[in-house]
Amino acid sequence: MAAGFKTVEPLEYYRRFLKENCRPDGRELGEFRPTTVNIGSITTADGSSLVKLGSTTVLCGIKAEFSAPPTDAPNKGYIVPNVDLPSLCSSRFRPGPPGEEAQVASQFIADVIENSQIVLKEDLCIANGKLAWVLYCDIICLDYDGNILDACTCALLGALKNVRLPSVKINEETGLAEVCMKEKSPLKIRKNPVATSFAIFDDTLSLVDPTAEEETLATGTITIVMDEDDRLCVLRKPGGSAISAEKLQTCISRAITRHKEVRKLLDEVIESIQPK
Amino acid sequence: MERDCCLRVFACEQNLLSRPDGSASFLQGDTSVLAGIYGPAEVKVSKEIFDKATLEVILKPKIGLPAVQEKNQEQIIRNTCEAVVLTTLHPRTSITIVLQVVSDAGSLLACCLNAACMGLLDAGLPMKSLFCGVTCALDFEGGITLDPTDKQEKESRALLTFAIDSVEKKVLTITSKGSYSIEELQQCIATSQKAAEKLFQFYRDSVSRKYSKS
Repeated sequence: MAAGFKTVEPLEYYRRFLKENCRPDGRELGEFRPTTVNIGSITTADGSSLVKLGSTTVLCGIKAEFSAPPTDAPNKGYIVPNVDLPSLCSSRFRPGPPGEEAQVASQFIADVIENSQIVLKEDLCIANGKLAWVLYCDIICLDYDGNILDACTCALLGALKNVRLPSVKINEETGLAEVCMKEKSPLKIRKNPVATSFAIFDDTLSLVDPTAEEETLATGTITIVMDEDDRLCVLRKPGGSAISAEKLQTCISRAITRHKEVRKLLDEVIESIQPK
Repeated sequence: MERDCCLRVFACEQNLLSRPDGSASFLQGDTSVLAGIYGPAEVKVSKEIFDKATLEVILKPKIGLPAVQEKNQEQIIRNTCEAVVLTTLHPRTSITIVLQVVSDAGSLLACCLNAACMGLLDAGLPMKSLFCGVTCALDFEGGITLDPTDKQEKESRALLTFAIDSVEKKVLTITSKGSYSIEELQQCIATSQKAAEKLFQFYRDSVSRKYSKS
């Protein structure tokens, strides 16, 4: 009976639950789905991580390559993020060139990297004007069940913390680069941005970590990215229900507590994979 | 802290194109955007929504082909318009907003939002409220510059663009660049709400001027 009611009147079905301050999957309004992080899952990548938020699954792999630095900034390297939403992950995506949602997600990740200064591009320079690292951060969604931006940001941070770059020296005589694969050093992670998304329901209620179903029924979404100094890196509210400054403040407070949760989780995972 | 709480000179001309159902060009200083609105018109079967109109936004950059950045802005403008246009009154139709950047001298997204709103107004589509776009730039001393030029944008530490509705002056859309504190965000919201009042007064003036002429 309940299944039939849900199919016919999905919005009313949700309202009945929200009236009792809970969601159909048993969570409270401000509760995240169980988050699992696996760092270093791909051994052939220079850095990788797999993040699950409930059933949303996102995989991030980082590949480092050499390149000549850009001519306008000879002391910088490159970070090239890309988010792929293949038709595998949900029926809403068709095969072919990346759709709007994938492009918007890629832009969002590029904004996170740029605004938070997670890794300084100057750190990626090997020899001024001659050689620099390019980090290709490929993020692939394996299972789409809402809140893709939070999962992508978390996967990116996990993978960046996992990156080990070999030491490189420029041979003075030949001018060629000599790579020492035995000496590997981690990247310097300057900031730890963590994203928290909300779905606005019926113009008033805000649900944290929305599932795909909740996202389609919601009247608006907000994504807040914070770093450890409680500064906002990205604030994204693309249209939807209007909200007041006070309401926004409560969302930001939730984002601050979420930042602590994710930070702790990532630290624990990194600790557990350290060779003893 | 507010050093430069004034907006650049803005100007607007409505109904300047003959083919679209509504059109407007919006100028903010040297930034200029031309908007054409088609609709409610026939919709492709694949895009048809049974209980509301399909809203589409096409943003054409001044030079080159639309890239990822434009797609992102298209989505922001579309979602903002969807929040105010009463699309349920025209089910199974399409509303297309075409925005052409004429010149970009800073605060482009805000100007696009303003042009879209004036265009929708000219097309006579039913809307819940009006909206306007305001850009704030935060400089290194913590001062807020409203409606920055491209030079001021480059010198700024953070850049925030808001869309504000005309009824409750609440925030419809937020996008930002750079990092900033929570207090700075709240200050920017308050400042742009004040600026929004000026813009809505300008909307009112320019529409009343248009009708008093004919």
